[in-house]
Amino acid sequence: MNPAVGLNLQGPIAGGGTGRAMDLFITIVIDGLEFSSYLFIVSVGLTLIFGVMKILNVAHGNFYAWGAYSAAYLIGVWSESGFSDISTFAMIPVATIGVGVVLGVILERTLLRHMYHRDEVVIVLATFATFLILEDILLLTFGVDPYFAYQPMVALDAVEIGGIIRDVYKLTMIGLAIGIGVVLWFVLTQTKWGRLLTAVIYDREMATTMGVDVSMVYLVTFVIGAMLGALGGAYIAPTVSVAPGFGIDVIVLSFAVVVIGGMGSIPGAVIGALAVGMARATAVHQFPEVELFVVFVVMAVVLVFRPEGLFAPAKARKI
Amino acid sequence: MAILEAKGLGKSFGAVVAAKDINVTVAPHEIIGIIGANGAGKTTFVNMVTGYLKPSEGRILFEGDDITDLEPRTITRLGICRSFQVAQVFMTMTVFQNLLVAIGIAEGTGAASFARLVRNDTEEKVWEVLQRFQIDNYAHAVASTLPQGVRKLLDIAMAMVASPRILLLDEPTSGISVEEKFDLMDIVMDVLKREQVTVLFVEHDMEIVARYVSRVLAFYQGEIICDAPPDEALVDPKVKEFVIGEEYHRRDAGAADEVVAGEASHA
Amino acid sequence: MDRTRDLTMPGLIVGLGFCAIAGITFLPDWLVNILTISFARALAVVGLMVLWRTGLVSFGHALYYGLGAYTVAILAKEFGITEFFISVPIAILVSATLGFLLGFIIRRYREIFFAMLSLAFSMVLYGVLVKTEVLGSTDGFNVPSPSFLGMRSEDEVVNDKILYVVLCFVGMGVALAVHRYLKSTLGSLTTAIRDNEIRVEYLGFSVAWAIHVKYVMSAALAGLGGAMLSLTLGQVDPDSMVNWPVSGELVFVTILSGPGSVAAPFIGSVIFELIRTYAFEWLPHAWQLIVGGTLLLIIFFLPDGVWSLVRKLAPRKEA
Repeated sequence: MNPAVGLNLQGPIAGGGTGRAMDLFITIVIDGLEFSSYLFIVSVGLTLIFGVMKILNVAHGNFYAWGAYSAAYLIGVWSESGFSDISTFAMIPVATIGVGVVLGVILERTLLRHMYHRDEVVIVLATFATFLILEDILLLTFGVDPYFAYQPMVALDAVEIGGIIRDVYKLTMIGLAIGIGVVLWFVLTQTKWGRLLTAVIYDREMATTMGVDVSMVYLVTFVIGAMLGALGGAYIAPTVSVAPGFGIDVIVLSFAVVVIGGMGSIPGAVIGALAVGMARATAVHQFPEVELFVVFVVMAVVLVFRPEGLFAPAKARKI
Repeated sequence: MAILEAKGLGKSFGAVVAAKDINVTVAPHEIIGIIGANGAGKTTFVNMVTGYLKPSEGRILFEGDDITDLEPRTITRLGICRSFQVAQVFMTMTVFQNLLVAIGIAEGTGAASFARLVRNDTEEKVWEVLQRFQIDNYAHAVASTLPQGVRKLLDIAMAMVASPRILLLDEPTSGISVEEKFDLMDIVMDVLKREQVTVLFVEHDMEIVARYVSRVLAFYQGEIICDAPPDEALVDPKVKEFVIGEEYHRRDAGAADEVVAGEASHA
Repeated sequence: MDRTRDLTMPGLIVGLGFCAIAGITFLPDWLVNILTISFARALAVVGLMVLWRTGLVSFGHALYYGLGAYTVAILAKEFGITEFFISVPIAILVSATLGFLLGFIIRRYREIFFAMLSLAFSMVLYGVLVKTEVLGSTDGFNVPSPSFLGMRSEDEVVNDKILYVVLCFVGMGVALAVHRYLKSTLGSLTTAIRDNEIRVEYLGFSVAWAIHVKYVMSAALAGLGGAMLSLTLGQVDPDSMVNWPVSGELVFVTILSGPGSVAAPFIGSVIFELIRTYAFEWLPHAWQLIVGGTLLLIIFFLPDGVWSLVRKLAPRKEA
């Protein structure tokens, strides 16, 4: 299930005139922002994990899918127990934290811990294997029928912007993304823990010699990254039907975002998400034929001209 | 005609000047020692001559031809080879296989690279090289298991496979114990002299320098401060101040004295 | 140096020859079908193995695999060409040409960036195919069974058998050619480049050119494999030929087989196909789990793949 469909990126708008053109522009921008926000939330965890641990975690798609399924399930249960629509919002952080902590800890402690010394590409393969495993466990846990948990979205009304009726819920995602970005920026630059993390990102060995408990840093980072991925899934769940195959498309989109922005860079994830989101929104409205692959063309172009991405942390020379 | 000339060579990395106004003329068959403290510009010089770094200014001429802008692999094929401070070999392959690859590359370019790696007398050639460098009993050892000295000899042997006319050795004895340094250099120099190769080698051990070279180039902060035969260079006041250090004893042949070869107190 | 008599050549001839004969005589149809699919995939994996030995892993070889498949399919659908000995060589040529062009770009990349760029390229094709109505978008379309030198039987089973036998011989030819290639100077530059690129350059060889050649080879082989697969399955569609999990599957089989010999991909591919078919039959909601689990086991306990087991069973004597 392609969440872009769930986001209901509005199809091409017919008609002419400046009023319409303005409407179209606003629509594309807001569509782009919505999609970028969603991508940012999903991808920032991936880039954070890569930056600190040098692991490109394919299983990040699992955090997303599990977050979505858990949220959808919990919202359904909560709602059936007679609680109000607006209160179902509480299920989203519950799902996020639950999935992030449980899956994050399990994965890091059982699998990743044993792989840090191995080749980056082999680690990706291992996370790909993990992805397959967790996908099936997800199926076995939640079954094959789709979940609809629309309550949070229904609780918040809809407004008209640029000639289109928009769900306020989806607009709140933009706020959420900005909030996460600000919090991350603050933690990374202004707190002691954040600076510790930056040190590990730049030079793991040096950080160890300076007494940093890298093992604990890895675990905490991974769990935070997992929670962010889960949040992406949990927050989008009310807008779509959550069904098998939910995570597959998102993974490669996250890769594109992370690669474009520079692997390990959080400002990069912002730029990457915006690039991908805007490109996709523009394509959907103006050039629907290229909608699916325009993202990867951008990714390829960036890789060709800036192989490390737009904001990659500097690397030392080899000889 | 000079076999190698550096004219006004310089290299800057932003504000850092790694080399400045380097002028050197090398005659065929000379054996030149390059000395200087760490960071003085010796390896930068070697990297520029072999094409790994492009100079910020100046030219390099090989037998009269300008090679300044060429790639390392082109310069190698023209006849200038090098060995490395940290021996660069193929770690997962055996010594024998390492040399096979070296010979294969030397003999095969373009279409010829599709030819068999091992043909006719290739294996004999490998044994010959192994024996000349006296590492034949390590032939089937995997490179990552080799003692440092043997690995360095392998590195140099691979550089020699293409029968270069100039060989640059970057600290051939670094990482080798004091007792083994001379043995290693004896082997190397023997081969090089027989092949009539022009040699430039970077070295920190003044005993080695004094023993093998006909000429010394002393570097300091990116410039050449002395260019003279060893007995002059090693007592030159500038060299003493900036490279060797004030106190320095010669090792008598057969005596067991420790060699105190100092580095500059100036970094 | 390997002083034993090299048994690969006779082994391949006998092995694949036996498979061909057995297929015509006593093997049950379902097994022949499995072997056909396996050998088709093995062709692509041989190419990936060469790249892997060079230290490069492509996450996007489904690009050439799918391209080969679709070329054969389109030749049949739009141009009415169903002659095996025309459409398959064209498929190889198309894939090799694209590989040649993209090779100029991709040969400058290593490790994770090589993997990501190759993924991006393949997803562009995927996006194009999904959006192309004429080619059936996600449904794809059917591929008629081929004629061989103008001959085609009325009986589909006979046609399948002929395709199988032809595939066995193609496999034999490919394996022998690649085996010979690995013994050439360029072939030795797989492990050498992986071990020490700088040394190779300083010995006088262009690493970029060497990688380019290998990349084109692998593209051609993947195209050949894909062409064979489409003829076997009788249909093409983007999700089974071009999407990123297909690339993942190819990489999986490469790791499963191990880099030890050109014969390895054939064995590894059969094992994978058996695992996949039976896992899917017995545990339709857990087959990915089994596949993923197997990959993890290989990564941890058998990093040189199944071939290393074969090696252990038939120890080689050093002279």
